[in-house]
Amino acid sequence: MSATSLPHAAVDTAIDRSMPAVEVLSAEQTYPNGTRALLPVDLKVGEGEFVTLLGPSGCGKSTLLKMVAGMLAPTEGRILLWRKPVPELEASGRRLSFVFQDATLMPWADVQTNVSLPLNLAHQSKAESEPRVAASLAMVGLSRFATHRPRELSGGMQMRVSIARGLVTQPHLLLMDEPFGALDEITRNRLDDDLLKLWQQQSLTVVFVTHSIAEAVYLSQRVVVMAARPGRVVEQLVVDEPHPRGPDFRVSQRFAEYARHLQDSLLKASDETHMH
Amino acid sequence: MKVVWPLLVAVFLLVMWQVWVTVAQVPAFLVPSPWLIAQTLVKDWSLLMGALGVTLRITLLAFVLSAVLGTLIAFLFVQSRWIETAFFPYAVLLQVTPIVAIAPLIIIWVKDTAISLVICATIVALFPVISNTTLGLRSVNPGLSSFFKLHHASRWATLWRLRIPSALPYFFAGLRISAGLALIGAVVAEFVAGTGGTGTGLAYQILQSGYQLNIPRMFAALVLISVTGVTLFLLLAALNKWALAGWHDSEVNQV
Repeated sequence: MSATSLPHAAVDTAIDRSMPAVEVLSAEQTYPNGTRALLPVDLKVGEGEFVTLLGPSGCGKSTLLKMVAGMLAPTEGRILLWRKPVPELEASGRRLSFVFQDATLMPWADVQTNVSLPLNLAHQSKAESEPRVAASLAMVGLSRFATHRPRELSGGMQMRVSIARGLVTQPHLLLMDEPFGALDEITRNRLDDDLLKLWQQQSLTVVFVTHSIAEAVYLSQRVVVMAARPGRVVEQLVVDEPHPRGPDFRVSQRFAEYARHLQDSLLKASDETHMH
Repeated sequence: MKVVWPLLVAVFLLVMWQVWVTVAQVPAFLVPSPWLIAQTLVKDWSLLMGALGVTLRITLLAFVLSAVLGTLIAFLFVQSRWIETAFFPYAVLLQVTPIVAIAPLIIIWVKDTAISLVICATIVALFPVISNTTLGLRSVNPGLSSFFKLHHASRWATLWRLRIPSALPYFFAGLRISAGLALIGAVVAEFVAGTGGTGTGLAYQILQSGYQLNIPRMFAALVLISVTGVTLFLLLAALNKWALAGWHDSEVNQV
């Protein structure tokens, strides 16, 4: 992955770590049929922080992420982004991007058209969008594939295109919903590293959803552990290890300890569910 | 191979036919030999070509009309569930009512025979375009759909950039069915009109040949109708391939 970086947006380039980027205030989700998808959650993510939501299927981690994105309104409680309600984010000059579980690319369009989609939808001219698309593709190392169709690319490359599409708007907040879940382990590890580099280069705030303990430990500064039936947050674990992290960290004693702790926490929560 | 095998089968069947007719001395007014049919095609070439022209014009007009109307109706249907629920049963009604039953009415109501035939053929060809295009416009990848919503895409942008491209494979499948149906509709309507003595298309030639026991000409007209149908199908398959090449599963991995 090349070290190209985008020209920064006009709004605040410096990270203010004391500024909460995301505040989830007793937000909960109940489906119309009465199912409690997510019990009230309180969560703060600081600007520039990398936080992972970890849990089994049905724990409401994707639901929580969608509520933060504004794709789903909480049934109760509130969610603030930079101290403003979610819909007012763009008016304040900040942007968020959402990366889906699947690459969700348009199969009929080539890679660069796919990446420029958010800019096109925001009515940016070709002259404005072209250099940004090129820079974004360079960031994920796909410059050579700009005119390829998605189906000519491997699963990992398609996911990179999806990330490039997420980065092209120069977002301040990147929300990722199990983006590498469908990939083989080697590709997944490589994309994890790429993501960490981008996070540091672009001074992003990232909320990352995964069901992989190893991925959660490797990536994040803080892991939010969630459990299912009903969906809830059971614990938050700070992974106090410096970035950049490398392959050595994956096989270190410290890594194993964090992973062990998270595994115990998940199992305990799952046992509690079964006792009810 | 895809071309060679069907051709071999055709040659084999034609030879068997020819041999059977010759050996068993089947009279030509019952079953003419392939060779005689070919001779008739050449002999009556100008007459049959004129008839083919008439039928083809009706077919193509009906096909274009059904493609345009069907697409417009499909667009209306996807605008709201309410519209679709209210009107879809009538599209079905139009489809299931045999055209032979309504054709006489239409021919009586519409003064110009050519126009009435086009209307009949359009009615027959319309439904596959409506139902396929509606299905296609609704068959959008849910992830992409959320992505468009997240980026506040306008209704127009969503239609143009997402729904229409997603619908193309379904639309083309509808067109392929409807092209064949337009031809069938045109021929059936000609039959109905032809008994009134007004038609000049291929179906009229078949009727006339029947009355005159000119069975070779009847077969020759039949051959022309089949060839027309196959040609239409191949043309649309080519169009489909051209439009979907490189991205849709149905047209990739085929050599």
